[in-house]
Amino acid sequence: MGDALKTTPLTHEHVTLGAKMVPFAGWLMPVQYTSLVAEHQAVRNALGIFDISHMGQFIVSGERAASWLNEMLTNNVARLEVRQGQYTFLLNERGGIIDDLILYRIGDTEFLLVVNAAKIEEDWRWLKAHVRQASNGTPSEERNLETCATLKNRSAEFGAAAIQGPRALGFFRAWIGGDKEPPSRNFIADFPMAGGTISIARTGYTGEDGFEVFFPAEIAGEVWRSALSVGAQFGMKPCGLGARDTLRLEMCYPLNGSDLSPERNPLEAGLGLFVDLSKSRFAGREALLASKANGARERLIAFKMDGKGPPPRPHYAVLNNGERVGEITSGTLSPSLNIGIGMAYVSAEYARPGTPLEVEIRGQKFPATIEKKPLYKKPA
Amino acid sequence: MNVPDDLLYTETHEWIKREGDNIRVGITDHAQAELTDVVFVEVPKAGREVNAKEAVAVVESVKAASDIYAPVKGTIVEANDAVTQNPALVNTDPFGQGWLFVLKVANSEDLKNFKDAAAYMQQIG
Repeated sequence: MGDALKTTPLTHEHVTLGAKMVPFAGWLMPVQYTSLVAEHQAVRNALGIFDISHMGQFIVSGERAASWLNEMLTNNVARLEVRQGQYTFLLNERGGIIDDLILYRIGDTEFLLVVNAAKIEEDWRWLKAHVRQASNGTPSEERNLETCATLKNRSAEFGAAAIQGPRALGFFRAWIGGDKEPPSRNFIADFPMAGGTISIARTGYTGEDGFEVFFPAEIAGEVWRSALSVGAQFGMKPCGLGARDTLRLEMCYPLNGSDLSPERNPLEAGLGLFVDLSKSRFAGREALLASKANGARERLIAFKMDGKGPPPRPHYAVLNNGERVGEITSGTLSPSLNIGIGMAYVSAEYARPGTPLEVEIRGQKFPATIEKKPLYKKPA
Repeated sequence: MNVPDDLLYTETHEWIKREGDNIRVGITDHAQAELTDVVFVEVPKAGREVNAKEAVAVVESVKAASDIYAPVKGTIVEANDAVTQNPALVNTDPFGQGWLFVLKVANSEDLKNFKDAAAYMQQIG
């Protein structure tokens, strides 16, 4: 605490655009440029661009990189083709979530990990400690591992931006070239830009089609301005963390630190799809097997308020028939649905969609109902 | 930023308009611009006795809930129902239709300690 806020290679661009800058996870970040709701709608209906340079970027490379990562992360690395990405978890030995991240196989034996801003140091320490632990064998094994799986933290030298919205594909063709093939969903590819190379992944955190773009810090400003200039004809708006949060919550994508924590495991969070328990070894596996056998005590559910009222917020109590059954982890007024929405951990017996709940707000109870995820579905 | 000359201001960004023994209270243009996109407003019931600096209303944006304080001790005589029906009035007309409540002041001496427009302008820089 008390440390100066970190800035991204795009901070100057945000200030120039008149963004409202706020502290987030130790970083000075734009929360909004004009209006959170307008930025949210731009992403749902046209196009938005977000600075996500605060997220960490690690490179793991070497002959043993894949097998080592498969023991560190929950999803199955072996299933990744070259240039494909997957959502995955870094767990502690209790099965609790240290971080949720995207792992891209950027080469046969080279991987890019994109991790949460608040967790860069913790993830790095954990991975470093485990590389060392794994190399505590005979001297020859140690040398073998050192040369066969190396870890690099390039977070400070790279920036990133997310470009999201239904017009993303048209934008890609105008920005990168009509003759260039855009990466398929969850894939990543390199393109020349501003005298350097940028990596473009077909991923995002909004529920819309779109890209996440990774670039060296030196060309960050140029990449950003070029995207905004080409994006103008597609109705692109610069968007802040405020809209990023409402967009992801409508999709029920979890936010680490709010919906995920070291005290929660991926099964309780309803994210078992990204955990391959058939792998013989990974950190937290035994704890997850036990949790699965016993059944989760609480589950992360999504809910919608039944009527108009104050928006639900994190830490508000959730009740069933007047009895406290859980607590909200994320809540807001949904700009797309124009009603209060949120996620909460509730006792497993009250976690089924359709179950009526009440949310306690300033001493008053407001009715809500558990819904299937995601809360927002694109109109057909 | 609009800061009308005929109003008083609190540190916590409420404006105060004197109306005889009563004061009308709302949030400033600066405050609404900081909050943006007001989506919910809760106002106090008429007849409620309140103390100075007591949280009596709530203005919520998409992102956060903000308490609004009674500037002085007194009794709520009227609250703005229009703004609870249409919270965006706080954004579009903060000094007019976006007012929140009218308070009968217990002790008019209490009104001496508030900022004038120039002092408030200095506060918000």
